[in-house]
Amino acid sequence: MLSRRRFWLTVGSAAFFLLVVLAVMPLVGSSDATLARALAGQSPDKEILFYARAPRVLLAALAGGALALAGVVFQALLRDALAEPYTLGVSSGAALGAVIAICFGWRSVGSFPAVWLAAFAGATLTILLVVSIASEGRRMSSFTLLLTGVTINAMCMAAILFLHYSAGFTQSFAIVRWLMGGIDALEYRTLGMLAASILFALALAVWKSNDLNLLAVGEEWAATRGVHLSALMFFSFLLGSFLTASVTALTGPIGFLGLIVPHALRLAVGADHRLLVPASFCVGAAFLVLCDTVARTALAPEEIPIGVITAMLGGPFFIWLLRSKRSSLWV
Amino acid sequence: MSAVYQLDAVGVRLGDANVVQDVSLEFHAAELTAIVGPNGAGKSTLMSVLSGFRRHYEGRCLFRGREISQWKKPELSRQMAFIPQMLRLEFPFTGEQVVFMGRTPYCNGLFESSADREAVRRAMELTDASPFAQRPFQALSGGERQRIVLAGALAQEPEVLLLDEPTTFLDLKHQIQTYSLLQRLAREGMAVIAVTHDLNLASSYSDRIVVLSRGRVAADGKPWEVLRAEILREVFEVDVEIRPDHTGRPWVYYCQPSGETPEQPIEGPPDGAANPC
Repeated sequence: MLSRRRFWLTVGSAAFFLLVVLAVMPLVGSSDATLARALAGQSPDKEILFYARAPRVLLAALAGGALALAGVVFQALLRDALAEPYTLGVSSGAALGAVIAICFGWRSVGSFPAVWLAAFAGATLTILLVVSIASEGRRMSSFTLLLTGVTINAMCMAAILFLHYSAGFTQSFAIVRWLMGGIDALEYRTLGMLAASILFALALAVWKSNDLNLLAVGEEWAATRGVHLSALMFFSFLLGSFLTASVTALTGPIGFLGLIVPHALRLAVGADHRLLVPASFCVGAAFLVLCDTVARTALAPEEIPIGVITAMLGGPFFIWLLRSKRSSLWV
Repeated sequence: MSAVYQLDAVGVRLGDANVVQDVSLEFHAAELTAIVGPNGAGKSTLMSVLSGFRRHYEGRCLFRGREISQWKKPELSRQMAFIPQMLRLEFPFTGEQVVFMGRTPYCNGLFESSADREAVRRAMELTDASPFAQRPFQALSGGERQRIVLAGALAQEPEVLLLDEPTTFLDLKHQIQTYSLLQRLAREGMAVIAVTHDLNLASSYSDRIVVLSRGRVAADGKPWEVLRAEILREVFEVDVEIRPDHTGRPWVYYCQPSGETPEQPIEGPPDGAANPC
C-alpha cells in the first residue's frame, strides 16, 4: 500500500537532492568562476558558468535521469534484474550508427552533427529490428525480446570492431573517445527539446507505474489483473528504447548507471514502481551530474571519460549496498 | 443453477499438438470443481483459456454469456481471479504489495482508495496473511506465499476463482486449510475451479471433479461418479482401490502402475490395518 504522504516524502526528497546537486555543481570547476561575478555579467565568469558548465550539468542530469528510467522500465519488462539499456541492443545500435558516421567522415546534416543523427538512426533501426523479430502477431514475449536484444547487441559490437579495425588512426581515436561516452556543453535550444521529451517520458512512466508493478511480477499475472498486456509491453519497450536512443546519440554509451541506480533505489524504497520510477530518475540524474563533475575536475585540465567514472564510483558503492542489505532481501 | 462458463468444443493447438480438444463443459456458481489429470493432459492450458489469457483457441468459451476474448480486461478481472501455478518474483515486493496488486482492476490513479484498503484487509484476514504481510515475498515460506497470493485473488472480489495447483508445495495443514477455504467460498456462492494432482483432496472437498486426459474430458461428475478404479486406471495408468473415507466420500488408495508386479510389503502394519490393494 502506498500513502500519499510516503509518495510525496520519497519523491520530494529525491527531487530536493537533485535540485541541490543542480544548483551546486555548476559552481565547482577547475577555474574559480563565481556566481556573483557571472550574474554581474563579467567575463569570463559569465561564459564559464552559463555557457560551459550549466548546459553541461543539465545534459548530465537529463542523460542520467533518462538512463536510470530506461533501466527501471527494461527491468520490469524483462523481469530481469540485470537488464539495462545495453541488454536490448539499443546502445550498441546507436554506437554502430555513430561509428559509421565517424568512419565515413560525415560532419553535419543541417544544423545537427552527423554523429548524433547517425547514432539516433542506428538506435531506431535496432529497435525496429528487435521488435519485428521478437513479436509474433500482436503478442510480444519478453524471453524472445531478451534473446533478440542480446544477439543484435553482439552483431552490432562485431560490426563496430570491424569498422574500428579498418579505420585510420584519427578516426580510430575518435571512435574510442565516442565509445567511452562524454558530456559536452550543448545549446540551450537542443537541451530544451531533450528536456521536454525526457520529462514527457517520465510523466508517462509514472502514469503507468502501477501497471509496471504487475508486469514486473509476470505476464499472465498482469493480464489476469486488468492490464492490457501487449499494449503495456509495447509501450515499455518503446519508452525505454527512445530514452536510450536520444541520450546515447548525444553522450555516447554510458554503461552501468541504468543497472545500479534502480537497484540501489529498490534497496532504499522497495520495489513499488510508483516510488521507483520518479526516484530513479532524480537519483540517476544527480548521480551522473556528480560523476561528470569528478570527470572534469579530478585530473583538470584533462578529462576522464564519464563511463569510467560511473563504473568506478558506482561499482564499489553498489557492492557495499548489496552486502549490507542483502540479508533482508534474498533469504 | 446459472452457468458461469459455457465451453463448446474448445480446442487449443500448440504447434502440431492438440493440447486441448473438443472440451465442452459448463461451470456453475456456488460449485467447487476440481480438474484432475496426468501431466500434459492440458489442465493448465485449459485454465489459460478460462482465465482469458490465451486469445487463440478453437470453439467457444462463453463467460457470463459473452465470449471470453471479447471481455475488456479490467471488467473481466473484477469478476474473475486467477492464481498461477507458482509465483517467483525477481524484485523485492512485500507480501502486502502483492495482495494490493489484486486491486488493479478497480484502480483509478496512483493511490489506493479506502475501499481498496478495506478489501485487502478482509482478504488477508480470510487467508490469515496479515502476520507476514510486511515481509518481502521472496523471504516467505511456500505456505505463506500461497496465502498471500490467495489473498491477492480475493482482494479482486471475484465471483469466479481459478487456481492452478493451489496446494503444491504446501504442507498437510495448509493444504487442508486452503481447500476448506475454497469450499467455504463456494458455499457462499463463488464458482471455484481448481487444478490439482491430489485426488483425495479433490474428493474430500470438491462438489464436482473433471478428469482430463490427452486434452479431452475423460470423466465429469460428482466424486463417486468420477473416482472409479476403471477410469483412473485408464487415465493415470495406475491401479487403485477406492473405499469410502470417514465422511463417506471416496478415498483413493494408490497401488503400483498397472502391469507391474506388486512389491512385497517390507513390514506388516502394526495394528493389522491392511492396505486394501
